[in-house]
Amino acid sequence: MALRLQASTEGVALVQETTETTPKLINDSSDSFTEMKNRFLSFKKHKYLENLERYQELAQAQAPKFLVISCADSRVCPSYILGFQPGEAFVVRNVANLVPPFENGPCETNAALEFSVTTLEVENILVTGHSCCGGIRALMSMEDEENSSSFIKNWVVVGKAAKSSTKATASNLSFDQQCKHCEKESINNSLLNLLTYPWVEERVAKGLLSLHGGYYNFVDCTYEKWTLDYQKSNPKQETGGYAIKNREFWS
Amino acid sequence: MSTTFDPIQRINDGFEQFKINEFNKDPDYYRQLAQKQQPKFLMFACSDSRVSPTNILNLRPGEAFMARNIANLVPVSNKERYSDIGAIIEYAVETLNVEVILVIGHSRCGGIERLLALPDDETSYDFLDDWVSVAEPAKQRVIAENPDASGEELQTLVEKASVLDSLKNLLSYPYVQSGIEANTLQLLGGYYDFVRGNFQILETVTV
Repeated sequence: MALRLQASTEGVALVQETTETTPKLINDSSDSFTEMKNRFLSFKKHKYLENLERYQELAQAQAPKFLVISCADSRVCPSYILGFQPGEAFVVRNVANLVPPFENGPCETNAALEFSVTTLEVENILVTGHSCCGGIRALMSMEDEENSSSFIKNWVVVGKAAKSSTKATASNLSFDQQCKHCEKESINNSLLNLLTYPWVEERVAKGLLSLHGGYYNFVDCTYEKWTLDYQKSNPKQETGGYAIKNREFWS
Repeated sequence: MSTTFDPIQRINDGFEQFKINEFNKDPDYYRQLAQKQQPKFLMFACSDSRVSPTNILNLRPGEAFMARNIANLVPVSNKERYSDIGAIIEYAVETLNVEVILVIGHSRCGGIERLLALPDDETSYDFLDDWVSVAEPAKQRVIAENPDASGEELQTLVEKASVLDSLKNLLSYPYVQSGIEANTLQLLGGYYDFVRGNFQILETVTV
C-alpha cells in the first residue's frame, strides 16, 4: 500500500511494481456486473422513470448550455461537484483538463470543442481544474525538451506555457505550491488556447459565447471561478496577455 | 444569448448542493480521497450531455477515472496522434492500477451520426471529421455485414460495433495487454439506450 500511496502523491512516474506488492486479482467479473446493474436499475427507477417526460424530450435532442472541460481524475466529475444533470453539459475529460491550440491539429478535445460550439452552439465553456493534479505535477516534473516514450509527457507538454510562466513568477515557492500555481495558470492557458480557434473567437467577440475558468480544491472543498474578459485580453501578445473578471470564491 | 439563464448561478447552486449534501456529510471519506485516489474503473463515455456515467451508474467521487470524448472512442495506440487518449490509459493502468476499463456507447450518438454522413461534400468539420474517422472500420464492417440496414437501425449497429472496436484497440496499449494476461485488468463494453431506458453489457475481455 505504501508504494501505491507514493505513486499517487508523486503523480506520474511510471510505477515499477516491487516484488513485495501483490497485484489485485480479479476473481469474479460478475461482481462488477452485479454492482453496475444495481446502480443502473436504481437510476432508472429513481431518476429516469420519475422524470420520463424530460428524458423522452432529451432523447430527441440535447441543448446543453455548457461545454465543460474537466480532468479525468476520479474525484472531480463535474456532474457530481457542480451538479450537472442529463442535458445540461457537454463534457470533455482528459488528463489535466488541457486544451491544445488550433495549430496543434486535430485531437479528441478539439473535436468535441468544434461539435459543441458550431453544432450544439453552447453559450458557455468552462475549463475546470483542480488541486493535486497528477497531470500538472507530471508537467512540472518533466525535463524541458525531453523526448519521451511516455504518453503522459507527450500530452501534458500542451501546458508548457503555464509551466514557463509558473517558473518565471513562482520559482521561490515550494514545488507543491508551484504545482498549485501551475494548475491555475494552465486553466488560463487553456482559455487563451480556446481563442486560437476562429469559430470560438468569433462567437466570443459577438457576445454569444463566454469562457470561464474554474478551480476545485478538494482538500478544503472550495471552488473558485472567473470569466475571461475578452475585451481586455490580448492573446496575440507574446506573453499571452489575458484579463479576467467576475472572480468568485465559494466555500 | 438567453437572458434568463445565469450560468454562474447554476454552477454555484450545484457546488453548494454538493458541499452540503455530500462533502460535509462524509468528511472522512473526502479527506481520504484528497490524499489519494484509487478508482477501480477507467471509463470511456461520450461527451454527450445525456450520458454521464456519474448520473446513470450513480458513481461517487473516487470510483472512476473518466475519459469523455465524442463517441467514446479509443483509437489504436499512437503517441504522435493520440497522446491525449494514451495519457489517460497510461495513467489509469500504470499509476492508478485500475481493475476494469469500461467503454460505454449510447443511442443517438451525434459523433456516429456524423461518421455515417461522411463523406460530406457540402460541409466539413476539420477536427470532428478527423476524430470520428477512428470508427471508420466499425462503419465499414457493419455496412458490409448488413447491406439493407439504414437510418436508426444502422446507426445503432455502428454505435455498438464501435464499442467492440474500442475494446480491441485497448489491447494495442502494451500495459493493457499485459494487465489482461496477468488477470489484473478486464475490459467491458457497455451500451446505454436512453430511448428505451436500458443498459446492456456488449462484451467482456478477460484472461
